[in-house]
Amino acid sequence: MDKAVAKPLVDIQNLTFSRGERVIYDDMSMQFARGKVTAIMGPSGIGKTTLLRLIGGQLKPDAGHIWFEDQDIPTLGRRDLYQARKKMSMLFQSGALFSDMTVFDNVAFPIREHTKLPEEIIRMMVLMKLESVGLRGARDLMPAELSGGMARRAALARAIALDPQLIMYDEPFAGQDPISMGVIVRLIRSLNDALGLTSIVVSHDVNEVMSIADYVYVVAERRVIGHGTPEQLRQHESPLVQQFLQGLADGPVPFHFKAADYAQELMELKA
Amino acid sequence: MILDKLQQLGAATLETIQGFGRATLMLAGALWGRPRFVKAWPLYIKQFYVVGVLSLLIIVVSGLFIGMVLALQGYTVLSKFGAEQMLGPLVALSLLRELGPVVTALLFAGRAGSALTAEIGLMKATEQLSGMEMMAVDPLRRIIAPRLWAGVVCMPLLALIFTAVGILGGHLVGVDWLGVDAGGYWSAMQANVDFEQDVLNGIIKSTVFAFVVTVIALHKGFDAVPTSEGISRATTQTVVTASLAVLGFDFVLTAVMFGG
Repeated sequence: MDKAVAKPLVDIQNLTFSRGERVIYDDMSMQFARGKVTAIMGPSGIGKTTLLRLIGGQLKPDAGHIWFEDQDIPTLGRRDLYQARKKMSMLFQSGALFSDMTVFDNVAFPIREHTKLPEEIIRMMVLMKLESVGLRGARDLMPAELSGGMARRAALARAIALDPQLIMYDEPFAGQDPISMGVIVRLIRSLNDALGLTSIVVSHDVNEVMSIADYVYVVAERRVIGHGTPEQLRQHESPLVQQFLQGLADGPVPFHFKAADYAQELMELKA
Repeated sequence: MILDKLQQLGAATLETIQGFGRATLMLAGALWGRPRFVKAWPLYIKQFYVVGVLSLLIIVVSGLFIGMVLALQGYTVLSKFGAEQMLGPLVALSLLRELGPVVTALLFAGRAGSALTAEIGLMKATEQLSGMEMMAVDPLRRIIAPRLWAGVVCMPLLALIFTAVGILGGHLVGVDWLGVDAGGYWSAMQANVDFEQDVLNGIIKSTVFAFVVTVIALHKGFDAVPTSEGISRATTQTVVTASLAVLGFDFVLTAVMFGG
């Protein structure tokens, strides 16, 4: 394989994953280039979060490879997996801040767990991370005292605490007001460029994602239905991709959940 | 019809066995490797406080009242036979052998067990456990292990405190109120209570109960369906399952210790 410069940080090859009887991904492949913001879009319920958990090794695929640097995540043992996870981090939809610690301690948590740095240096690191998300003044607050947007920014500060190579965002824009949405959009882009990260953003907020992503994958029906730069995608010929990007209620993805014939069902009620 | 019932029975049995399997895996994960007492001591101290110290009040008050009731009931029966001086051993033996370990375990399941389940279930629902895992910190060691140790260490201590307070409660009613001779109360107790047979067996019982209750509480929380309904069900299950398990184990242990 030609692995020189263009080698992606995360390379998913022929991934198949199912939950019980239900197949989530069928022979899917995608690459995440170093230093870029790559977005995964798709309708709700197609397992976008599942994909992040697969990359993080919290779930194991039925088949396929998930290469992170030179390691195939599903084959790693516990120790190696935990080592690999130190190089990646994930921003959960809920933020997943530890509710029994202050914002400061939350951000300090991964540093304290994985390093033996003296407390003064930890303090400096935490303040720098908090400053970069604009929450240095909120360091003594408890997570319950933060607004949704602030909680997500605090979680973001924690996610970059150990300067990971890869950061995965799970629906970072969901449930945010326009201002904090704008803040998070800007943060994802600026942190990616300033820290030299590789970012994966899972979202179905088309406009926000298209505005910051370098590359976009649209996933539906267990596979990638379209990919390319935002400009390329807007020109994409697939009706499914277009339905999704334009937010049309009906199209290849039907508005109605699968049901019996309407007229017939109404008549049954009568009888 | 019968086939359906049979199928349900089979499914329930399989589910139970799988539950045991998951609980064992959780336990193995939590206890695997060297416990990091040195680095993690603040976590342990906190859990000892939450699980142990905060349970003290209910244990002390319950112990006091159960000791007082025992003395009152015991006295009415014993005095019919003119055997009031045996009140001390009656109270002490009942508490040491049975009531101390069992009632403490039941109260512990209700007070600390349910809290552990709800806390861990909610941590799961808010993705805190997942988040921890993604930060390369094992939640089994970081969250489960300190709580497990706290439960296993604290409950026998709580049972001893319960028993001691109960004996004082018995003294309060028997000696101070009903007029049993104080010297008789203590000396008969001293003569009739055997350290190994009674005190040690009580501690062993209590340690077993502590393990059973704590593991059930932690497992139910860790295994909870991460919704509000799931957590509420898990909390209820903790109290019910732990209480029944304690009573079941009590019978078996009593049969082994005192049955022969």
